[in-house]
Amino acid sequence: MADEADKQNGAETSSRPERAKPDPPGYFEGESMTRRRAFTVAAQGIGGIAGAAIILPAVGFAVAPIFHRGKERWEEVGPVDDFVADTYRQVVFTETEGIGDAGKTTAYVRKGSKQFGESPNEIVAVSNRCAHLGCPVSYIEAAGNFICPCHGGVYDFQGKRLGGPPVRPLDQFQTRIRNGRVEVGPRYSVTSQLEPVRARDPGEFTGGIWEYLYPPRPSTFPPPGG
Amino acid sequence: MKLGSLIPAPLRKPAKPGTGNGAKGQAPADLKTAPPERPSDAQKLADRAKEAPVDVLAWVDQRTAASGFLTGMLFRKVPKGTNWFYTLGSATLFAFIVQAVTGVFLAMFYTPSTTQAYASISHINNEVFLGAFVHGMHKWGSSVMVILIFLHMGRTFFFGAYKYPRELNWVIGVVLLILTMTMAFTGYLLPFDQRSFWASVVGININGTGPIIGPYLSDFLRAGPELGATTLSRFYAIHMLLLPGAIIALIGAHLYLVVKLGTTAPPWVRAEKPKVAAPVSRLDAGADGNGATPAR
Repeated sequence: MADEADKQNGAETSSRPERAKPDPPGYFEGESMTRRRAFTVAAQGIGGIAGAAIILPAVGFAVAPIFHRGKERWEEVGPVDDFVADTYRQVVFTETEGIGDAGKTTAYVRKGSKQFGESPNEIVAVSNRCAHLGCPVSYIEAAGNFICPCHGGVYDFQGKRLGGPPVRPLDQFQTRIRNGRVEVGPRYSVTSQLEPVRARDPGEFTGGIWEYLYPPRPSTFPPPGG
Repeated sequence: MKLGSLIPAPLRKPAKPGTGNGAKGQAPADLKTAPPERPSDAQKLADRAKEAPVDVLAWVDQRTAASGFLTGMLFRKVPKGTNWFYTLGSATLFAFIVQAVTGVFLAMFYTPSTTQAYASISHINNEVFLGAFVHGMHKWGSSVMVILIFLHMGRTFFFGAYKYPRELNWVIGVVLLILTMTMAFTGYLLPFDQRSFWASVVGININGTGPIIGPYLSDFLRAGPELGATTLSRFYAIHMLLLPGAIIALIGAHLYLVVKLGTTAPPWVRAEKPKVAAPVSRLDAGADGNGATPAR
């Protein structure tokens, strides 16, 4: 209030004797809060609650997709006999529903090879999404490599990085065989030793400390056996 | 004041007492010689019609007192040495207005749906009257705006115009730059052709390479683990509702500070010493003492 200032500026220079101010109406000894202050606090509090009631749902609405995991989706891509162990066959299937062709993705599919310690009964499906920034790579038969057209990423037959800017091997899809036909399921990422981890976005390292620096997102599916 | 004649009468400041024609209490000179001719009705009507625009302005001004603000803003003094480089800010503003106007008309034809977005864009380009022109203005205008905003920023930097007391305006300008870049990024996806799809995929993945919060940021931008239908509508809403509102508000604050603080002289113009040492506040005169506040 102005009392302090009055004392310093006005009251000292004036010769009038200082008079005690009367207590405001309703004042009682030991009062902790004036009526004005109580109303100020109440108005600000109610305003804050009203503001939060509008803003919090709006923020939640915008942020919710981060924590939402869609339904696991499996799609049949052909009979087991269509696939061999020493080269890939390209299959196209829907990864995101409801957006037409834009929701489709490509995988390179082969049977397991003893050369890499895989069982001949298992099916390997390598994603064509480059681990650098997500451009579509293609398998070049003559080179036996996956090559990315955007920034020159090169991966070997198993999808391990050989050169260029990619930070990890190519992603893979879960596979299973139902009634003699191959089905591909959710995507997962792999470490440089091809150990499965939860799906990461392109450009994000996997394995070791990177698992903490690029934490798995709740919207992705657990890796096979994980 | 030469500019005074350009300002419409109601916006002009009244003359100081004692500076008008004729002495107090004396009739004007022409009244003494001949009685005034009585104007015809047609003449009266024409005179009144001439006054109408000024009357309307005066009516508004009486209720808003906007003239003081407008004369202060539009007829403010600028320092010596002001040159063409000082128009880059206005040029950026103009580029933004072009984007806003063409964007409104594009929104009348555009459908933010993954299955129809590309078709609606080709409809605009091929069938709508002047559609390709308006779309082209919006598309190329976005690049123009980004270029102009960088030139404006360079001008501010090299002329040292970011220094006290204009630091806050520099900060607002940086936020405006970021918002403009976000505008360009979200707008790029909207045609939903191969180029915009993959450019957005790459852009979102670059976002995701930030440690710890990066992966969540890209999930937020995509509204899910993969780029899909909700990504397009999300980008559309950000592009045409959220960002323009924020940009308009910040441009308002940016311009307010420009008018309030005045502009700086180029670094090669030396500050003149004031002829009379007047007790002006530092903020009022501008840091260089060139006095950019409107004349009182």
